[in-house]
Amino acid sequence: MAQNIVGDCDWPVVVIGGSAGSLSVVTGILSALPMPLAAKIIVVLHRKNTSDIILLALLSKKTALPVIEVEDKEELQPGHIYLTPPDYHLLIETCNSFSLDSSDRVHYSRPSIDVTFISVAEMFRNKVIGILLSGSNGDGAKGLAYIKRNGGTTLVQNPETAEFPFMPQQAINLNCVDMIINGNEIGNKLVEILGKLSISPES
Amino acid sequence: MESNYINDDQLDLLLNELASLYGYDFTGYARSSMKRRVNRLIIVDKFTNFEALLETIKNDSTYFRRFVEEITVNVTEMYRDPSTFKMIREKVLPAIATQPFIRIWHAGCSTGEEVYSMAIMLHEANLLHKSLIYATDLSSLAIENIKQGIFPLSQIAKDTENYLASGGKNNFSEYYTVKKDTAIFNQNLKTKIITATHNLVSDSSFNEFQLIFCRNVLIYFNKSLQDRVLTLFDESLETLGFLILGTKENIRFTKVAAKFSQPDNTQKIWRKIL
Repeated sequence: MAQNIVGDCDWPVVVIGGSAGSLSVVTGILSALPMPLAAKIIVVLHRKNTSDIILLALLSKKTALPVIEVEDKEELQPGHIYLTPPDYHLLIETCNSFSLDSSDRVHYSRPSIDVTFISVAEMFRNKVIGILLSGSNGDGAKGLAYIKRNGGTTLVQNPETAEFPFMPQQAINLNCVDMIINGNEIGNKLVEILGKLSISPES
Repeated sequence: MESNYINDDQLDLLLNELASLYGYDFTGYARSSMKRRVNRLIIVDKFTNFEALLETIKNDSTYFRRFVEEITVNVTEMYRDPSTFKMIREKVLPAIATQPFIRIWHAGCSTGEEVYSMAIMLHEANLLHKSLIYATDLSSLAIENIKQGIFPLSQIAKDTENYLASGGKNNFSEYYTVKKDTAIFNQNLKTKIITATHNLVSDSSFNEFQLIFCRNVLIYFNKSLQDRVLTLFDESLETLGFLILGTKENIRFTKVAAKFSQPDNTQKIWRKIL
C-alpha cells in the first residue's frame, strides 16, 4: 500500500530495545539498513555507565547512516539512528524532537525500554515498528504491548536464538508480538517491512 | 502498570487549573516528561483516574503541595559526573580565584548535594572564606534540606567515590559527622550557603555571578522556556563567568548560543564571552 509522506511526523519510526546479549543483534540490524533510509531509528540499550563513546563508535562502524547519541531536545530526523544516552530516560517531546528525563529507574533501568516504547507509541501510533531483543530483565514487554495496542507492528528476537531469552519471552507471554524472528534475520526482516510500506524519502 | 492515563487535552486542563488556582505555571515544562510524572502520581497515589486526581488538586491545597514536590524534585548526588567537577576544580576555580569576592548560583539545585560538593571544593581551594553560594529551588522541602545539610548515610559511599574521582585529596569523612543513618555536613560549609525558593519560570535575576550551575533542570523545560531561563542566566552572569549544565544538555540550538564559548567540548561548561 502506497503511503505519502506529507511531513516530519509521518515517517515510520523503528524503536529497538535490548539488554544483555543484544549488542551483536543490534549491530546486525544496523548493518542491514539501506541508505538512504526512509525511517527514523531509535535504539534503547541497557548499559553500564561506562564510556558511551565506545558504544557509539562501535555502532557507527556498522552503518553509513549517521548514529547520534541523543542530547536534550535533539531533533528527530529520518535516515538517522538515535542512541539513548546512559543514565537518562528518552522521551518523544514533539514528532520531530526528543526530551530527556532523569527521574526514577524503571525495572532497575535508566534508560528504560518501557518508558521510550510507551512515549514513541503515544506520539507515532501505527507508524511504529517495535523490536525487543535479548535480555534478562522484564523491561520492554509492557512497552511493546503498548505499541501493539496503539496500532504499531511488533517483533521480538526468537528466544531460542537469544543469549538471554527472558526479555523477548516476556513480550511473547503478553500476547502482543506480531513476528518472532531469529536474531541474525531481524535486519533483513526490518528492511522487508519498511519496503512494504512503499515509502520513499521526499526529495 | 505504566500506561497512558492522561491525554494531551487533560494535561492542558490540569496545567490551566494549576496556573489559575495556585499561580504555578507549568505550561513551559516538557510535555512528555510532565505526562509521565502525572501518570506516575496517579498510580503511586492510587487515584482511579485523571478526574479523581484533578478534583483532589482543586480541593486540597495540602495535596497540591505534594503534587508540586513529586512533579519537580529530581535525582541528584554529590559530585554527579565527577569529570565535570574535576574540570571545575582544575580550570574554573583557578580562573575565578583572583576575584575579590566570589558569587555562585545553584539554580534548581534540588536537595543540595551539588551545593555541598561545591562548598567543599571552595574550601579545599582556600576560596570559601570569600565566597557566597546561592542555592535555589522551586521546592521548599528541598530548600529546608539544604539548610539542614543532612543527607542519607546510604549515599555516602557513592558520594565518597565521586569525590575522589573528581580529584578530591582529603578524607571525605572530615566534612560530616554521622548520626544514626544520616551524615550531617559541617557548620563552616553552611555559613557560606544562602538558600531561597526561586521559580525559574516566573522569577527574575537577583544578583550577578561568576558561576551558575543548573544541571538536569533544563531537560524538563520546553525550548521556549529553556530560552527564557538561559537568557536569565546570561543576564545574571558577569562577562567571562561560567555556566554549567547537565551532561546531556546543550545551548547549541538556543538563543544564547552565540554569547558563550565551550572551552572543552567533552564538558558541559560554557564561558560567557559577550
